[in-house]
Amino acid sequence: MWDYSETVKEHFYNPRNAGAVAEANAVGDVGSISCGDALRLSLKVNPDTDIIEDAGFQTFGCGSAIASSSALTEIIKGKTVDEALKVTNQDIAEYLGGLPPEKMHCSVMGREALQAAIANYRGEEWKDDHEEGALICKCFAVDEKLIEDTIRTNNLRTLQEVTNYTKAGGGCAACHEGIEEVLARVLAERGETYDPDAAPMLAPEPEPLPLAAQAPGKLTNFQRMRRIEQVIESIRPTLRRDGGDVEVVEVDGNTVYVNMTGACSGCQMASMTVSGIQQRLMEDLGEFIRVVPAGQMAQAAPAHAAGGH
Amino acid sequence: MADIYLDNNATTACDLAVVDAMLPYFTEQFGNPSSIHRYADGVAKGIAKARRQIQALLGAQHDSEIIFTACGTESDNTAILSALKCYPNRKEIITTTVEHPAVLNLCKQLEKEDYTVHYLKVDGKGRLDMEEYRSLLTPNVAIVSVMWANNETGTLFPVVEMAELANAAGVQFHTDAVQAVGKVAMDLKATKIDMLSLSGHKLHAPKGIGVLYLKRGSRFRPLLRGGHQERGRRAGTENAASIVGLGVACEQAMQHMTYENTHVKALRDRLEAGILAAVPHAFVTGDPDNRLPNTANIAFEYVEGEAILMLLNKQGIAASSGSACTSGSLEPSHVMRAMDIPYTAAHGTIRFSLSRYNTTEEIDRVIAAVPPLIAQLRKLSPYWGENGPVADPEKAFAPVYA
Repeated sequence: MWDYSETVKEHFYNPRNAGAVAEANAVGDVGSISCGDALRLSLKVNPDTDIIEDAGFQTFGCGSAIASSSALTEIIKGKTVDEALKVTNQDIAEYLGGLPPEKMHCSVMGREALQAAIANYRGEEWKDDHEEGALICKCFAVDEKLIEDTIRTNNLRTLQEVTNYTKAGGGCAACHEGIEEVLARVLAERGETYDPDAAPMLAPEPEPLPLAAQAPGKLTNFQRMRRIEQVIESIRPTLRRDGGDVEVVEVDGNTVYVNMTGACSGCQMASMTVSGIQQRLMEDLGEFIRVVPAGQMAQAAPAHAAGGH
Repeated sequence: MADIYLDNNATTACDLAVVDAMLPYFTEQFGNPSSIHRYADGVAKGIAKARRQIQALLGAQHDSEIIFTACGTESDNTAILSALKCYPNRKEIITTTVEHPAVLNLCKQLEKEDYTVHYLKVDGKGRLDMEEYRSLLTPNVAIVSVMWANNETGTLFPVVEMAELANAAGVQFHTDAVQAVGKVAMDLKATKIDMLSLSGHKLHAPKGIGVLYLKRGSRFRPLLRGGHQERGRRAGTENAASIVGLGVACEQAMQHMTYENTHVKALRDRLEAGILAAVPHAFVTGDPDNRLPNTANIAFEYVEGEAILMLLNKQGIAASSGSACTSGSLEPSHVMRAMDIPYTAAHGTIRFSLSRYNTTEEIDRVIAAVPPLIAQLRKLSPYWGENGPVADPEKAFAPVYA
């Protein structure tokens, strides 16, 4: 049985806003009976204020599909359609206290039904970008189609490249065989044979280092700290998209202590993420930087103190 | 109120007599049966006794035809890979579209290694086309691997007859009998079955113990090589406690075989009749005239299996589903798809699998519990209107995409 949060179970056992809304002026249908889940979202939108006054759902699907539908209706009621359009599938999943990776498509279905319903309200045609294909990487919820498209678009050849571009395969490694099958199939389309020992693509030429990096040691302490903060700030949106975050806790010499939070905390890829941050800082500052999780600060401090004597 | 367990095709509770028999093998009888000191004697004798108990249940001619493995999957893999090694010039395998993944996934892998796998199709009731089977039996085939009973529907395949045909064609025959052992009377010495797989935890023995029956004289190559255990046919120190437990479980299964096929079957039929009488748009899948006595696979149209299971679970009722959402895949059970069960029903199949421990009172509680929860889910379903299913659900609910 899936490890559903209490909120998922609560919304499944006691769904809110079940059924079609009377006098609905917006309806969004997504999914199909062959796919195993389908959602019809109906909304009553006040045409004067654009506020969603009522929302109802009819769902064919599993526990998390029903819970996601219920959560969606609760989230969007009282919002304007513009505000509602900002609701992401992550918002639905977070509202439910998280969903198993294999079930994230239920939250995606909720968001798509919302987009479809609002398009219907506005008299527009809705463009489907529904995930297709089997879920290959369960650690990071990456499906077959995304992997295929990424291989084609970026001319990828190796498992490591697929992991770098999509995260798929970066966790427990159970999907490596599946990814390699997709690689073999897509490469065969263009007459190539998948070679597990192939060298990765040549890395693009690095951007010229910023002035600060070309002149190490020229920054004042204050400028250096600001620079580190700026680099971290530039990385944060990427982490936040995956439900995580990072913050600088302390800078001690060439060691930067950081706190990984949200999905990044305890993530199987945390050490890779930390390495990536370290690389970015080194490239930007042009000096050797060690990035260490703040949890290790306590252990590191006495040694540093001893070194000072 | 006590919970009700109706998922015995997934696994069974250990029989208390099995547990009692096993306990000394964790403490007093802990020796390695291959050793020559006194600590080994009792263990070796325990294993020998278990071998005879299993031989008796299977109707095997010799106790040496019993090879202990870790599970049904290992037995299935060993049987198929052994045949391919024994007959390296034969590059074809015959199996069915509804096998357990232990066979299907191995076959898919073998296809990548340039073997040709013939998947026998089934009809709407899960039955094989014997003419198709006959036509595929050629000297190019290394092995036929066909399950005795299907794990989802309980449908029985005519494996004894199929083994005769394979034998006449000079082809080894293996059957995955994991679901059938203990429920179907077997007399392997009177058949042409070369190999048979069974798994302990499906018949009230513990998990982690299986058997590969290998008919004397059948060509064989081991999967695991190492020590001389099991006459060199499966290396690795024996899982002695579980082997002893499996022996007792087989003895118990023999004693309860009639009960399984009368009392348990009657309970299963009562469950099916009770549910179908109260729930419209529901039907039993598989071959109603030729299936395991304990298995009822019921399709509930217009609702999804995992949601049904969650509501059942809340009421303390354990069953299972071929629903895609239970496994995290997008396709419903390959067995339902092979039988061409329409999508309106394939996603909502629930397997109730009984055991000799179930009671009439339990079954009546399930009969009472199921109809309201199906109605509850149908009320949420876009495919269910005020008075029943909407007309032509595929068209009635067709998202409009740009």
